Amino acid sequence: MLKIENLSKRFGGLAAVNEVSTSIEKGKINAIIGPNGAGKTTFFNLISGVHKPTSGRITLDGTDVTHLRTDEVAKLGVSRTFQTTALFDNASVLDNLIVGHRLRTRSGLWDVLIGSSRLKTEEKVCREKARDALDFVGLSHMANRMAGDISQEERKRVAFALALSTDPKVVLLDEPAGGVNPDETAGLAELIRKMVKHGLTVGLIEHKMNMIMSLADKIMVLNYGEKIAEGTPAEIRANPAVIDAYLGSEHADA
Amino acid sequence: MKYLEGRIGWTLLVLAGLVFPFVTGNDYHLTVMSTAYIFALATLGLNLITGYTGQFNLAHSGFMALGAYVVGILTVDHQVPFWVAFALSGVITAVVGLPLGFVSLRLKGHYFSIFTLCVGYIMFLVIEKWESLTHGTVGIIGIPAPTGFGGYVFDQPRALYYLVFAFLVVGAFVMHRIVTSLLGRTFMAIRNSDELAESLGINLARNKLLSFLLSVFYAGLAGGLYAGFVRFLGPDLAGTHHTFEMTTFMLIGGIGTILGPLLGAIGMPWLSQHLQFLQEYRYVVFGPLIILLVIFVPNGIVGSYLAWKARRASNEAKKLAAPKAAQPVNTTAPQGGATHA
Repeated sequence: MLKIENLSKRFGGLAAVNEVSTSIEKGKINAIIGPNGAGKTTFFNLISGVHKPTSGRITLDGTDVTHLRTDEVAKLGVSRTFQTTALFDNASVLDNLIVGHRLRTRSGLWDVLIGSSRLKTEEKVCREKARDALDFVGLSHMANRMAGDISQEERKRVAFALALSTDPKVVLLDEPAGGVNPDETAGLAELIRKMVKHGLTVGLIEHKMNMIMSLADKIMVLNYGEKIAEGTPAEIRANPAVIDAYLGSEHADA
Repeated sequence: MKYLEGRIGWTLLVLAGLVFPFVTGNDYHLTVMSTAYIFALATLGLNLITGYTGQFNLAHSGFMALGAYVVGILTVDHQVPFWVAFALSGVITAVVGLPLGFVSLRLKGHYFSIFTLCVGYIMFLVIEKWESLTHGTVGIIGIPAPTGFGGYVFDQPRALYYLVFAFLVVGAFVMHRIVTSLLGRTFMAIRNSDELAESLGINLARNKLLSFLLSVFYAGLAGGLYAGFVRFLGPDLAGTHHTFEMTTFMLIGGIGTILGPLLGAIGMPWLSQHLQFLQEYRYVVFGPLIILLVIFVPNGIVGSYLAWKARRASNEAKKLAAPKAAQPVNTTAPQGGATHA
């Protein structure tokens, strides 16, 4: 699905991502782990076009997307969530979600001024998409709650819903289980599985190893911007370099 | 309170505006009110880029003055009919706004504000110093009153009042349409978070620029009306203090709402009138008042009311959903492992 070749990003003298080649495979959960500051989020930022790579190439289903803007990449079907989700706290959850499908609509200023039927149809479609996405993440009963009122875990789910309402092919999740309790983590893991079951491809950054090990089809390990290992959870667990850099001995034979 | 919202509330406001000239027997009151409407129209524009799109543009009064000078220069120096000049006031302001917005919107947050503060001041300087075009500090005198259809001339305070009022009503209606549409949601997504909006496939540069152009278009039209209403122009109109005044209107009424800036822009001049006896000391009242508002009512009057209403709707939704949400929370399962978070 996504092919990454020799991708590098330098901030001044610091190589945040250094010559990384990998792929995000279709219909799978592709996890990225590594210590803090290893370049995981930068890696996502490069894929989604927030940062321009210093060198290297990113292709999505064969199309070169290396130099596209973030909104162009999103239109091609790469959606993402952030470590913290900025919601408009004074509006309802549903209101926050409606704009998620905006990228698939074409109404402009003229449609607004004349009140065109296209605008009306598209507004309806956006609202339906938002409801569908909210259903999917199991929050349909929260639609009319104020976004500022909901729990951290529910915020994460709303972030998923926002990403889903863009009709993506690939969803990049940046620490979706950060700051939620173990039970809720299990619920979010279940939701990620459900996304894959519905044909989505998932890229996942996470620190919770139990979650990663049980979820991921494939894990890439970054350390100081370099890929130090890649493989199945079992392979990663047994890899001495990974144990040394990140996991510690407690996970070696778990 | 509920029956005062939506269509009925707006209809009542329009009716109040329509009967105002009959209630007040005083031409002076009409002039105060008409001026307030003109600035309300400009404030609606400022509110689009600042309140709805989150980009605090400090050059707004510069654009308003630009619109006014388009009318002033064209009608006085080139004998262009008022309405032609008026139509051009919005268009030319938007045309000038295009490159200015394009450049300044490359900056974010405070940098955008600082940059536009400078842009606004440069616009003021150009108006003041380019004497051959703008008459400099002397100003433009003798701008013709707007002509009506069939030889009617808007030169009586009451006729002018209705003219200005009509533009405000149309302006507010169109603005309402914009902000409640998908386009408005797009602007609000940008205000909420650039980063998130962009990842949702929203073209930041294009949407910010569109909001900016609409905003200065409103400023230009308001300026054009101002020229036809006051019939005298000086460079002072471009002064930054007018932008800050409009900002105050927005903050007091409720930034990011339609009714808020209207209430602020119409209410504040009256408050100011009533405190006239304090002379310069009225700022001793205004200053602390604004500080208190920003601290305790940061959403403004209308914004606070809307927030209160949203909170109530949310609580009702919570009550309805309560049976579903009642799940036992089990926190005993150990997570272990590398949880750096």
